Amino acid sequence: MIQQRNGERRVHMPKFEESSKVALAADVPGPATEQPLLAVDDLTVKIGTRVLLQGVSFTLSPGEFCGLIGENGAGKTTLLRSLVGTQPSPHGCVKVCGFPPSRARGMVGYVPQKINFAPDLPLRVCDLVQLGCDGHRLGPRWFSRKSSEAVSRALAAVGAEQFAKQRIGELSGGQQQRAVIAHALARQPRLLLLDEPLANLDFKSANELARLLGHLTREHGIAVLITAHDMNPLLSLMDRVVYLAGGRAACGSVEEVIQSESLSRLYGYPVAVIKHSGRIMIVPDTEGPQPDEACYMEPSNGRNRERITK
Amino acid sequence: MMGWFLSVLHCEFLRSGPVDTALLVGGSAAVVCAVIGVFTVLRGHAFAGHALGDVSSAGGSASFLAGISPLAGFLGIAALAALALEFLGVRKVREQDVATGIVLGAGLGLSALFLYFDITTTSTTGAAVTVMFGSMFALSSSIKWPAIIVACLALVAMGLLYRPLILSVVDPELASTRGISNHWIGVVHLLMLAMAVALAALSVGSVLASALLIGPAAASIRLSRRPTVAILGAVIIGLLAVWGGVWMAYESYYWFSGNSWPVSFFVVAIIFIIYLLTIPLKYLTGRKTPVPVAVQHATGAS
Repeated sequence: MIQQRNGERRVHMPKFEESSKVALAADVPGPATEQPLLAVDDLTVKIGTRVLLQGVSFTLSPGEFCGLIGENGAGKTTLLRSLVGTQPSPHGCVKVCGFPPSRARGMVGYVPQKINFAPDLPLRVCDLVQLGCDGHRLGPRWFSRKSSEAVSRALAAVGAEQFAKQRIGELSGGQQQRAVIAHALARQPRLLLLDEPLANLDFKSANELARLLGHLTREHGIAVLITAHDMNPLLSLMDRVVYLAGGRAACGSVEEVIQSESLSRLYGYPVAVIKHSGRIMIVPDTEGPQPDEACYMEPSNGRNRERITK
Repeated sequence: MMGWFLSVLHCEFLRSGPVDTALLVGGSAAVVCAVIGVFTVLRGHAFAGHALGDVSSAGGSASFLAGISPLAGFLGIAALAALALEFLGVRKVREQDVATGIVLGAGLGLSALFLYFDITTTSTTGAAVTVMFGSMFALSSSIKWPAIIVACLALVAMGLLYRPLILSVVDPELASTRGISNHWIGVVHLLMLAMAVALAALSVGSVLASALLIGPAAASIRLSRRPTVAILGAVIIGLLAVWGGVWMAYESYYWFSGNSWPVSFFVVAIIFIIYLLTIPLKYLTGRKTPVPVAVQHATGAS
């Protein structure tokens, strides 16, 4: 019922079976090895006949800050859920430090989209962070110096010490977001996944949170994958960007991906990229000469996407 | 004061057999209901808990017919109803009330049938009142140990699943990324709820079971900031209500010149009064919240 960190539940991903054995035989790869922290290869998610993600491939190295950008419904949350192993029926290969997601839970911290904490929920911020350490374990909790140190470290990393003893439901949205990030950091993950953390926040809190995440990648060497429908608050931080549209992805540096040609190919529709005073806007290109639609159709072998990735 | 209290207790109260059984069975019901009630309230399953209590009356009335232990009857039907709730989708927000309503209706219909048989075939005219509103002093002392065993089972299961349950109450998605199956947690929670409700139905009656389940937990949640404190507070309030109710019902024999009032009334009245008291208490404690961060900065800078 409860799956421990090394639980055996198999997510239906046929490709894992062989390769995971190989990875288990070796030691857990350290940061020095060449292996990417996160490798997604040809990930496809279908629910019924609806294709949510199609052939998504990218890799992430330790300490990288990667934005997962796309409009609402582009498949951002589906992709993140596939990375933590809670998305049903993914096809393709996802590896975290060489392990399938269900075996790498201790290495991945996940911050879901806005959680609605009831104001009367009897849970303090530090209790939530403590649950980040050991919430999946059975039996009563015994006091341990190690876990209380982990809690205070996680609280300090997000600057949440001041409201650590307050009920989480009574805090502001930004403070709650910090608390959930501390919860995700409690087990000292190497990869932090955040689902739209900047939505629902006012400008000031969003800005502070973005700087905090940048700090985490630089100081703690944690790789951050963050979804957003608006990339502007993240522009100065992103080392890489994965742009999702219609279930397909383009991956690379911001300059490579966020340009009219590659995005038009991704959307299958002409779009224009407007840059103004360090801000980027992506709009449908209705002004310029309408190109032949056919040249934007996605080739079935996905060659174009690979070119963008390289 | 203490001497008076002891002398009151000593006057045959604790030496009476029925009182002894009432204190033990009622006490174990109070503890289990308090612990599981906290999670039930937090999960928003208060209505489902009430429905399980009502439905378990079918088991209670059937036990009169079959001549089995009423605890077995309450527990069996409550567990069946819990599985039915799960099957009909009680965990989906949109279907929760519908599933609960369907199970509640079907269960009470069954209860009406069994109570009719009780009255017509056996001459137990008091069956309806006993099943619906309980009579703790009428419990046979043979039910003491089964009740305590059921209570211990529920508490051990809760002790095992405490942390995953909390995490799944806080946010199911947060729980599932840690490898916790929300589906199985939900099933086990409903089964534990059935155990709590069966014990409560045995002591205060199936209709009043939800008072013991929801009242102490809700009152305690209002006042506490930590899950463990909320549970502990609910246990204390529950025990206070049940034991206080038993004592008052026992004493009411002398208060009302030989007409003792029902235990269940006193238990539910105490719970209700405690819940009302939490409203001003919450207001008083709420004003002592820490100084807002901005104010701290301002005073620190000056």
